[in-house]
Amino acid sequence: MTIDHAHDTHHHEEGFFKKYFWSTDHKMIAKQYLFTGMFMGLMGGFFAYALRMQQAFPGKTVPLYGVVTPTLYNALATNHGTIMIFWFAMPVLIAAFGNYLIPLMIGVDDMVFPRINRLSYQVFLLSAIVLIASFFVPGGAFGGAWTAYPPLSANANYNLTPWGASLWLVAVALEFVAFLLGGINFITTFMNSRAPGMKMFDIPMVLWTIIIASILFMASVGPLIAGAIMLLFDQTMSIGFFDPAKGGDPVLWQHLFWFFGHPEVYVVLLPAMGIVAEVITVFARKKLFGYKTVFYTMVGTGALSFVVWAHHQFIAGIDPRMANLFTITTVLISIPIAEMCFVYIATLYKASIEFSTAMLFALAFLAEFFIGGVTGIFLGASGSDIYFHDTYFVVAHFHYTFVPIAIIGVMAGLYFWYPKMFGRMMDEKLGKIHFWGTVISFNCIFIPLFYTGAAGDQRRIYNYQNFPHTNTEFLSDLRTFATISMVSMLLFQIPFLYNFFVSMKKGKVAGKNPWKSNTLEWVADSPPPHGNFKELPEVYRPPYEYSVPGRAQDYWPQNEKA
Amino acid sequence: MSTAQPVATRRSVTGMSTGKLAVMWVIGSEIVIFGGILASYIMFRLQHDSWSHEAAHTNTVAGAVNTFVLLTSSLFIVLGHNAAENKDTKKAFKYIWLTILGALTFLVIKAFEWSGEISHGFTIKKSLFWSFYYTAAGVHAAHVIVGAIIMGIISLDVRKNKNLHRVELIGLYWHFVDIVWIFLFPLLYIAK
Repeated sequence: MTIDHAHDTHHHEEGFFKKYFWSTDHKMIAKQYLFTGMFMGLMGGFFAYALRMQQAFPGKTVPLYGVVTPTLYNALATNHGTIMIFWFAMPVLIAAFGNYLIPLMIGVDDMVFPRINRLSYQVFLLSAIVLIASFFVPGGAFGGAWTAYPPLSANANYNLTPWGASLWLVAVALEFVAFLLGGINFITTFMNSRAPGMKMFDIPMVLWTIIIASILFMASVGPLIAGAIMLLFDQTMSIGFFDPAKGGDPVLWQHLFWFFGHPEVYVVLLPAMGIVAEVITVFARKKLFGYKTVFYTMVGTGALSFVVWAHHQFIAGIDPRMANLFTITTVLISIPIAEMCFVYIATLYKASIEFSTAMLFALAFLAEFFIGGVTGIFLGASGSDIYFHDTYFVVAHFHYTFVPIAIIGVMAGLYFWYPKMFGRMMDEKLGKIHFWGTVISFNCIFIPLFYTGAAGDQRRIYNYQNFPHTNTEFLSDLRTFATISMVSMLLFQIPFLYNFFVSMKKGKVAGKNPWKSNTLEWVADSPPPHGNFKELPEVYRPPYEYSVPGRAQDYWPQNEKA
Repeated sequence: MSTAQPVATRRSVTGMSTGKLAVMWVIGSEIVIFGGILASYIMFRLQHDSWSHEAAHTNTVAGAVNTFVLLTSSLFIVLGHNAAENKDTKKAFKYIWLTILGALTFLVIKAFEWSGEISHGFTIKKSLFWSFYYTAAGVHAAHVIVGAIIMGIISLDVRKNKNLHRVELIGLYWHFVDIVWIFLFPLLYIAK
């Protein structure tokens, strides 16, 4: 502790630009990521609104948007997917929560490389600007799906977006650079800067999940960066890495993409799982059931996630014997994830549960993700996937995984850590309106889409009236119902945004530890000043010591000596 | 803006310095990038015997000389690290610049090699072998250039007796660049 005391915590006033755009403070960078991510998320939601309106009312003018032409429809669908994964789920779940929580929860003043942290956000912001710019270039934004399969993505004669396709690729590559910089910073901070006394199993679960996610990202993104270089050469110099006429192979891109793309699912899933673990233990006032089980399960899931990728390619002409292997690994990976869900449910057993908004979102995560997981088994089995592939069944399935992760999980985290971030409480009544509105609308969007998919609605179709088997009144009604539910889900974000911004000024003052939680971030002031702690804490016990028998209080902070 | 290092940077729970740990992770993330290019190349190569005829046109002698140059430069940066550990800044400065000289020699030889090949019609568009040849070696050459620039910046600090530990960090990176070439050389030049 001697060296820690030498640290100087004096707070000096900075100019507006330095404070909000040039800060090296991990909390400010976390907020930059959070707000950029929320802005991009709203944009992605708006794109989804426009394209769903086109599906429900083909050819009609969309209010607030205009006419969705076929090219525009493709661009909207592509960028909806790209934005939601790379510019919403990742920056909010990993970069915002990671930046905010890692130094606070391990009891230190900042990241190990504050300036690299700042650079990471700046590169990320640049990537977002490049992506948005691609809508305003000749030919418009890229419309070849977020998976960017060649030859469609490689040849401007096919995709008709000579600029958009390359800008899309550059934006994604820049985003990867930002997350590699951030990830290296996260992992190094996590490994080297923990508070004295914080042993491996004293670390809050959410940090493990963010760190394992960062390692998974780092280990899986390399081949896709290599692939992106190759695809960029194909686009700009017509080389033909992915062009069979020139000796290349389009399926190679699919391998490179999904070798990253499937671990990426776990890159965003794990932090959401971690957030849920923190919220559930605090509002159930119980120790996390099987901390080590969760930890080893996560490591196992991470390792297994590298050998499931070809289940995205069952109909791409891969060897059926290989498809068998990938069916087995894919079905296997549902075991550890189910196990984690059961561990959380076991944590609730005989607990005194408080249904705060954060807790409701955490419980909804378990319920909704369960539906996503179960429907995934039909797609992981190569036999049934041949029928379901590229239908709305797939769309409904992965929205049942990603919405719980990126919206429900994120909301659980935001409602939970908001008092720490902004020093004031959010309004619970508005929170509950937001919760029920969001979750009910979400189910009303995607349950009908499982049905339309099974009935033959292919993905990425501009107008279903053009096909006899999809041009039925019943399917059309289901699509309209899903669209109306989608608009409802968007509208239910208004109470949230109102609550979020108004509570910053008008909410009840939170105090240091409003939820009576054990982990170190609640030791600091709310919001924590520059340097985080007045005196850097030491750790004496694991993070989930709630309702310990024989103690007056039902919680036992990690830094309390006895 | 805080100019002082945060406490976080000074802690070392693993016992390894923060900088070294971070460089290890940088190298880890780079291994998978080159791994992706090389795995793709090897998969193609196994399916196309005809690529050996294309590979016959590469200049094995130039490649071998470049291997020797890079390995020697790696030795220089080790000597530079040793000098930096002994606080001999003059010697460290000299060895860093000998390493940079190695990097420049590598690039000059590479430039002659490529211009010769391109003038004989073996451009990046000639066939997929040459596409891989230029892409893999080009990405590697970009790493050589970046490494040389960083060494130049570090050498200025070393002369002022500042940040001597960074000599070891760039040394780790330079060994990595070296090892990548040791994979590229047999795969692109020797396998015929």
